[in-house]
Amino acid sequence: METLIILLIGILVAVATYLILSRNIIRVILGTAVLSHAVHLLILTLGGLKTGNVPLLTEADAPYTDALPQALILTAIVISFAVTAFVLVLAYRAYQDNGTDDLDALRGTNDE
Amino acid sequence: MMNNIIVLPLIIPIMVGVILVFLRPYIKTQRVISLVTMLGMVGISLYILNKIQTEGILRLDFGGWEPPFGILFVADSFAMLFVLTANIVTAICLMYAFSSIGENHEKMFFYPFVLFLIAGVNGSFLTGDLFNLFVCFEVMLLASYVLVTLGGKKAQLRESIKYVVINILSSWFFLVALAYLYGTLGTLNMAHLSERVAEAGQGPLLTTISILFLIVFSLKAGLLLFFWLPGSYSVPPTAIAALFGALLTKVGIYALFRTFTLIFYHEPSITHTLIGIMAGVTLVVGSIGAIAYKDVRLISSYNVVIAVGFILVGLALATQTSFEGSIYYVMHDMIAKAMLFLIAGTMIALTGKTKIDEMSGLIRNYPLFGWMVFIVTCSLAGIPPLSGFVGKLLVGEAAIEAGSYILLALAFISSIVVLYSLLRIFLNSIFGETIISPEDEVPLKKGMIIPIVLLAIGTVFLGLGAEFISGYVSDAAHTLSNPSVYIEAVLGGNK
Repeated sequence: METLIILLIGILVAVATYLILSRNIIRVILGTAVLSHAVHLLILTLGGLKTGNVPLLTEADAPYTDALPQALILTAIVISFAVTAFVLVLAYRAYQDNGTDDLDALRGTNDE
Repeated sequence: MMNNIIVLPLIIPIMVGVILVFLRPYIKTQRVISLVTMLGMVGISLYILNKIQTEGILRLDFGGWEPPFGILFVADSFAMLFVLTANIVTAICLMYAFSSIGENHEKMFFYPFVLFLIAGVNGSFLTGDLFNLFVCFEVMLLASYVLVTLGGKKAQLRESIKYVVINILSSWFFLVALAYLYGTLGTLNMAHLSERVAEAGQGPLLTTISILFLIVFSLKAGLLLFFWLPGSYSVPPTAIAALFGALLTKVGIYALFRTFTLIFYHEPSITHTLIGIMAGVTLVVGSIGAIAYKDVRLISSYNVVIAVGFILVGLALATQTSFEGSIYYVMHDMIAKAMLFLIAGTMIALTGKTKIDEMSGLIRNYPLFGWMVFIVTCSLAGIPPLSGFVGKLLVGEAAIEAGSYILLALAFISSIVVLYSLLRIFLNSIFGETIISPEDEVPLKKGMIIPIVLLAIGTVFLGLGAEFISGYVSDAAHTLSNPSVYIEAVLGGNK
């Protein structure tokens, strides 16, 4: 199961890298979103997929599954959600003001 | 020692910031409240710093969850010196903002976001948990994204997209490194990590993970991976650029020092050599940048890069003396860089030009301002008795002791470059024929010159009063060079 998930993470990272390297800003943002999902899966996998019972003392016997990675991921998801929302707004404003969503055109010149 | 007070540097700015959001139309009230808050924070930091000297390292376990299970804050001298200087600099930059930032910014939540930024910065300095460090980084970064875009000029939006995307990527690397570390060692509490790394030995796997952390923090600190820095630090309004130049890279520097002195200190031949090489290259490339440009803001931004290289030389040498030198230099650099950015911004505000060969003879129009430029030049070049001297002396001493003559040479050649790049500003813009006739002279607002003078007093004090703060600095360096002190303070109580 772990191997499968690791492969999935690899595919997600590859897709995200491809998207981030493109010139269209929306693709870059989608790339960062996919990338964050990949790392959430990575945290989950490295913490160990389901190895024991639910970590509730009264509900089940040891060994318990480590619940910490899920707490970490929850935090990371909230943060990446906020950042993605911000970047989308930023990209829209930049598109409105600069009139382009092509990153090559947003390079900027030295004369300005 | 448990103490609730050490959460205040995080929680006060957040709470006050939230309150200020509701006071949006009342600019005067916002100004007063934010300045009073920052001054109060300076007081609190001083109090905590002195408390540490008598009671040892303080810690706070949130929710009563004892380490290594809960998240905790740890305040040692090293962290508190950073917090104290950061708060002083923020207070002064706020004063500068009052007269320069403009009503549009003030009505668009400028003050709340400065407070959120400083909350994130303080949290990063104080946390004792690596994942919590990530969270505090994000708090700081989100506030900085807003501040860098606030105003919405074309150049600002263009540069901020790059700034935001590069930081999202570096945060991603941070999470990957955290995932690997948790998978390997099963903990994220810094003291506990240090203990487990020491027990298990820092094998190839852990060294690789440490290099991943090195990449992440280098991106934040602008060590070698600083390509994003000059662009994004030269577009926002002066007060914000000064805050960024003074504080944001320092958080990365703090994280580098913390991880590579507390956790990954077993393989210095790999990690610390790598840091040394990166610092050396940063010094060289930063120096080239500082000479290459004529835009005062770009010159200032490349000076930030040079300073990062210099401070990290201290980490690469990894002796008690070099740590002391770096700590002195960080404190000096926060103050002097804020001053440099404020001066660069004021020059642009006074003349309307950005390039040094387009301005001339400012000292005739604004004598006091001209002298301030002179002080910041001397201070950053490390001329005694100003503050840069002590740090440079100690780092140089450590480099000679360790026999790292290449780093020594690079560090001091870069100081000459700093002097040259700033003298270029001084000779071109401050000296020379005055081009502004007395009638066209834009008056230099008191609100602009007073913060600069305050920072100048700060740099003089840090230089002359080096003896006064040496106790704190050597305590901080002692903790850095003896990880057991930190571990004992965090885990000692419950074993």
